[in-house]
Amino acid sequence: MNAEEVVEGLLSGNRRALARAITYVENEYPESKEIMKHIFPKTGRAHVVGLTGFPGVGKSTLVSKLTEEFRRRGKKVGIIAIDPGSPFTGGALLGDRLRLDGMDSRKALWTDPGIFFRSMSSRGRAGGLAAKTGDVVRLLDAFGFDVILVETVGAGQSEVDIIEVADTSVVVMMPETGDEIQVNKAGILEIGDIYVVNKADLGGAEKVERWLKYMLSLDEESVQMLSQMTHADEAKVASGEFFERRKGWSPPVIKTVADRGEGIKKLADAIEEHFEYMKKSGLIEKRRRERVKRELFEIVMNDVIKLVKEKTNYRDLIMKLLKGETDPYTAAEQIVEEVIQNAGKG
Amino acid sequence: MEKKIRVLVAKVGLDGHDRGAKVLARFLRDSGFEVIYTGLHRTPQEVAMAAVDEDVDVVGISLHSGAHLALVPKVVNYIREYGGNPDEMLILVGGVIPTDDIVELKKMGVDEVFIPGTPISEIVEFIKKKLPEKRKKK
Repeated sequence: MNAEEVVEGLLSGNRRALARAITYVENEYPESKEIMKHIFPKTGRAHVVGLTGFPGVGKSTLVSKLTEEFRRRGKKVGIIAIDPGSPFTGGALLGDRLRLDGMDSRKALWTDPGIFFRSMSSRGRAGGLAAKTGDVVRLLDAFGFDVILVETVGAGQSEVDIIEVADTSVVVMMPETGDEIQVNKAGILEIGDIYVVNKADLGGAEKVERWLKYMLSLDEESVQMLSQMTHADEAKVASGEFFERRKGWSPPVIKTVADRGEGIKKLADAIEEHFEYMKKSGLIEKRRRERVKRELFEIVMNDVIKLVKEKTNYRDLIMKLLKGETDPYTAAEQIVEEVIQNAGKG
Repeated sequence: MEKKIRVLVAKVGLDGHDRGAKVLARFLRDSGFEVIYTGLHRTPQEVAMAAVDEDVDVVGISLHSGAHLALVPKVVNYIREYGGNPDEMLILVGGVIPTDDIVELKKMGVDEVFIPGTPISEIVEFIKKKLPEKRKKK
């Protein structure tokens, strides 16, 4: 399939074309640029929901049950499930899809035309996502899915990249993963728009729920404190996204037993409510503006690096650096100079 | 960037023997492949749609139930029905398969059959050798 066939197929609802488009984008084939250019105008409609949390807390099972619930509500669901790639061999065991089983219609989920499930390897990237997650989200969006669920790699404490692609971030916890200090640490526990205590039938679920609620009440106090400070505006700017995220939205804490389907309706309600809140408050534009800016800068960066490689004598400068004849800052200035001078010349 | 080889390891039908499939999935991972495991008791339709959506290069079907002549051609046909092209993929079968049936399966579009006792390195080398030939047909 060439780029044109892929775009045409994708926009007319051909799953094969969508599957191929993802492959092209994920592997950075030359066709991918052309594809992304053409589908971009068709994006921006879907609700992108991220699910993150430590390995084994039940993210994949929640994704599966949420998918079933959103289908019941008449929504088409695209899923991107990311698992880690090996830093040694580059291989990966992508084991999220096998959890795709509904409560009452398990067969239907795998062959339902209203569901598209794609497994991705993080290919050694830190942060919890695959490098091309943002572009793959756009492909699913352009295809016409109403909800796009993005399941991160089983995350560590500081893997928070999900907020860069998701409109709604769901942080999944379970009992016995630490005490109240763990819950108040910066990083993954700060980013939730919704918190889930899964495996709530195990002992200790109430404790985690209580700690989370306490942690969130402190968030609210922090926001109040920031608003009351003499230099309130400066304080708000300094705390940036944190202030914005918590203003006017109190993240709910929802207990679930995913494999039995308990709490799933409540979770789906909360996800939909958050999307409504994001749209009403205008926060969604703000977040998407940030996202587009970051993506643009990333693309520009890649293009500039390409220019540097094609149009400058960077190899000579590297040799000089090795011999100690120049320093990296002077070398960088020289390269930028050269790029500006040579960029216009064919 | 070099295209990663994606492999779907599938269990089809009423067959609970997944030790082999899981071990294979693990060793294919260590050979640098991206491996998607389906879990147990999938239907031919489910495996076929997964193969199309995941855009895999290799479909490995594991069967110990004796139903291979009934189920494997269905997987191949459904891949085509869902818009995929099984001729672009390597279709592999593993399990307890009688010699006569191996001939039959190959007539049905299966590229190779691996019976119990096959060294996994043989499977890895088969994929690495045969896949480029298949890809040329794309």
